[in-house]
Amino acid sequence: MDILNALVVLANFVLIPAIAYGAQLALGALGVTLIYGILRFSNFAHGDTMAFGAMVTILVTWALQGWGVSLGPLPTALLALPFGILGCMALVLLTDRLVYRFYRAQRVKPVILVIVSMGVMFVYNGVVRFVIGADDQRFADGERFIISVRDFKALTGLEEGLGIRTTQGLTVVTAVITVALLFWFLNRTRTGKSMRAYSDNEDLALLSGINPERVVMITWLLVATLATIAGTLYGLDKTFKPFTYFQLLLPVFASAIVGGLGSPVGAIAGGFVIAFSEVGITYAWKKVAEYLLPEAWEPDSLLQLLGTDYKFAVSFVILVIVLLIRPTGLFKGKSV
Amino acid sequence: MSQSVKTFGLFGLVALLILGTGFVQSWNSALLILNMGLVSALMALGVNLQWGFAGLFNVGVMGFVALGGLATVVIAMPPVRAAWAAGASGVLAALAVGALTLALAVWVTRRMARGWPRALVSLSVLVAGFVIYRALFDPAVAEIERIDPALTGYLGGLGLPVVLAWPVGGLLAAGAAWVIGKTALGLRSDYLAIATLGIAEIIIAVLKNEDWLARGVKNVIGLPRPVPYEIDLQNDPAFVERATGLGIDVTTASTLYVKLGYGLMFAVVLIGVLVLAQLALSSPWGRMMRAIRDNEVAARAMGKDVTARHLQVFVLGSAICGVAGAMMTTLDGQLTPASYQPLRYTFLIWVMVIVGGSGNNFGAVLGGFLIWFLWVQVEPIGAAVIDLVTSGMADGSWLKAHLQGSVQHMRLLTMGVILLLVLRFAPRGLLPER
Amino acid sequence: MADPFLIGEAMTGGYGKGPDILHECTIAVDKGEIAVIVGPNGAGKSTAMKAVFGMLDVRSGAVRLDGREITALSPQDRVARGMGFVPQTSNIFGAMSVEENLEMGAFIRRDDIRGTMEQVYDLFPILRDKRHQAAGELSGGQRQQVAVGRALMTQPQVLMLDEPTAGVSPIVMDELFDRIIEVARTGISILMVEQNARQALEIADKGYVLVQGRNAHTGSGKDLLADPEVRRSFLGG
Repeated sequence: MDILNALVVLANFVLIPAIAYGAQLALGALGVTLIYGILRFSNFAHGDTMAFGAMVTILVTWALQGWGVSLGPLPTALLALPFGILGCMALVLLTDRLVYRFYRAQRVKPVILVIVSMGVMFVYNGVVRFVIGADDQRFADGERFIISVRDFKALTGLEEGLGIRTTQGLTVVTAVITVALLFWFLNRTRTGKSMRAYSDNEDLALLSGINPERVVMITWLLVATLATIAGTLYGLDKTFKPFTYFQLLLPVFASAIVGGLGSPVGAIAGGFVIAFSEVGITYAWKKVAEYLLPEAWEPDSLLQLLGTDYKFAVSFVILVIVLLIRPTGLFKGKSV
Repeated sequence: MSQSVKTFGLFGLVALLILGTGFVQSWNSALLILNMGLVSALMALGVNLQWGFAGLFNVGVMGFVALGGLATVVIAMPPVRAAWAAGASGVLAALAVGALTLALAVWVTRRMARGWPRALVSLSVLVAGFVIYRALFDPAVAEIERIDPALTGYLGGLGLPVVLAWPVGGLLAAGAAWVIGKTALGLRSDYLAIATLGIAEIIIAVLKNEDWLARGVKNVIGLPRPVPYEIDLQNDPAFVERATGLGIDVTTASTLYVKLGYGLMFAVVLIGVLVLAQLALSSPWGRMMRAIRDNEVAARAMGKDVTARHLQVFVLGSAICGVAGAMMTTLDGQLTPASYQPLRYTFLIWVMVIVGGSGNNFGAVLGGFLIWFLWVQVEPIGAAVIDLVTSGMADGSWLKAHLQGSVQHMRLLTMGVILLLVLRFAPRGLLPER
Repeated sequence: MADPFLIGEAMTGGYGKGPDILHECTIAVDKGEIAVIVGPNGAGKSTAMKAVFGMLDVRSGAVRLDGREITALSPQDRVARGMGFVPQTSNIFGAMSVEENLEMGAFIRRDDIRGTMEQVYDLFPILRDKRHQAAGELSGGQRQQVAVGRALMTQPQVLMLDEPTAGVSPIVMDELFDRIIEVARTGISILMVEQNARQALEIADKGYVLVQGRNAHTGSGKDLLADPEVRRSFLGG
């Protein structure tokens, strides 16, 4: 039995990737949950909003790289991120002005807004593919590892190595800062509180003199920021491909719903629940077991519950279980 | 303008568009659009049944369409005897164990009181069932996939006539819809949407990865056809004689003949389903459906079993999508799981229903044809526009190359814009519900 | 005769395009007074108050506050002019703390609100103890206090209450009425709709009995309580 090596394997293949992925999902789910709380519909265009923000970031990154600007060990994309956020803000505000505002004034049923967001999804999807193409794009640069597997082995003398990629570290740090700022904004500032009030009780908020259009605008700005950060981090950590972002819609929504739609804390919890389940269930546990079990008990199979291609199934099953047991999610969300 | 005049006018317009394609481009393209238009219209009818009649938000159309595709393989391909001998029993036993496990788990949760013991028992049932399932499943699958993997490596089908796959595709889709409906109906509409979106992705994942079933991403090609092969027609003296008699080149004549054959078969199915849907719409059942859609609370208060009715219509609509999926795969002659994309097979169908007019069967059919026509023709039109725009640019400029290379993505953009415009200016569609 | 401080005069109107619910209905309240609207179910009591607050279309008649015509103003603008409104249901931000509820009540104010908040806490001491608790977790009576407190945060000149005692126990009701009297003593006019007609009329300076959207009886609370016809028809003898 070799607990230390087992732990290192576990950390290297499950914990660290799941934490990074969970942070990305949480940021995505925060955007979804904010829109749901304030504008009261499930935004199917969110995956493509993330793709658009990431795309602008990538384009600016390439420009910066072309001019020879770099951040040393950190990815240049960090410098480009504010531009991506601004671009995404412009996009969503324009969309709101041209599309959503009309329906808001009509007070249509939420499901109509969902269908409208399908149209927006098509448009964003088309725009992103039109500008940057449908293929994989790489834009990560700088130091690849905070600590590489080989260094770790040399450092500790363990059989197994633990590698932490820069993008993984960056994801976690950025997500923590972003979430801290978001919660400070929502809980401590007058504008943030007015957003929560609007989400809580729209009529009373109007009665209190809270301007709904302003609340909506600020929501979109926050959503654009969160979506761009989530999209860029995901792209840095994995790869940027428009279709992948569209597919992220499912785990992102699963995170938001599992946590409780409309609840920011829930979105974060949901993101990690989904990420850990996805990674844990599709990971082959053979290696960990080999270190933990006596030789005679060592398994022949890979001890992989599901192939990695079934990761959607994991989000889906967790989603269904939570909906059946606790329809409002882990942290009571809104049920309209 | 009365509704029926408008209906005739718009269908006439679609006919003109397709005929125009025949005259301007080629009759082959025109028939290709017509055939896929028929299939699309059928899918739109299925979605319209769910959304237009009952207000159910199903965004898992792709999954049901793919199940229909799977049915063609299972029904029509010749069985791989060696694979059957090697592993069929194991796979079937494993699936039986899986089904039994789920049934047992459901039974346990129904019978036992809420609390830790129940959770523990149902969990251990699931875990034990899963272990047995995998123990039976994995070796059997390995055996099957070892049989001539370059050509088969799967169980094959039943070797029955391919047309039989159409109703079977409907049944497969209906079965899946029943399971989803049992769990997800009665939840809020957005939740149903996410649930169906998820199940569609899972179905595609199964098709891509379960090689023993339908060869996964290795694709099944050369599906049997319900119509003759072109090459056989070209070698048939009687056919050659008739073609030359009509003054058409024999090769062209053979392809047109085959496509017309498909078109006729599809048209029969579409008209049949359309008639049934119309009858359903005006029947007491249809009126009740719309009553439930318009005011669920009132309908419930009147003693209507809303959830059961929803399940009914959800299963029916999904079955229609399954039939359409089987027809489409028959037309393609191959099953390629990687080609199933939600934008194309789920959301495009939604565009058809919304643009055509949800709640109106003729609207859905119209939307199916019209949107399919645009989906196909936006690319050449877009290319022409881009050529015009870039004509002033220097050859070899990156922008020109980029724009010309991106023409294919105009489709998505156009569909989105069309959907948004219709939602804004004609929210009830081109042919609104009466 | 000088206009009362707030008056909805001969109001006729209904919701949206619907039929008229109010017919020539007049409701008024003077500075520091308590005016109560009572009447049978469906008499248009809440509707009359909502009309004064601008929540439905007044097709004829006028609403004047301190002598100025406000008939065309939106409810939000009326809040800015010094009217406070406590709806009957969902009148708090349940997921927010008591203190945040009060802050949101004062959203239109840009000056220091701490003094007003202290006044509210003095009026409802229990809220001071629970100020960091989510308002939705409080008891029914406490929630009504939060709701009234929220409306007081704009320092209104008129406070309008839609059935403030609906669904609370008799003891809590008495306490709420005591608080309302206290509020009135600070010079704030109170206009409220009440189901519990007898108790409400006992504390009312002025009472309006509405029947089918029309003024049936008007007078001081005492007079109405003494009026045999009012007693017979509305107060159960």
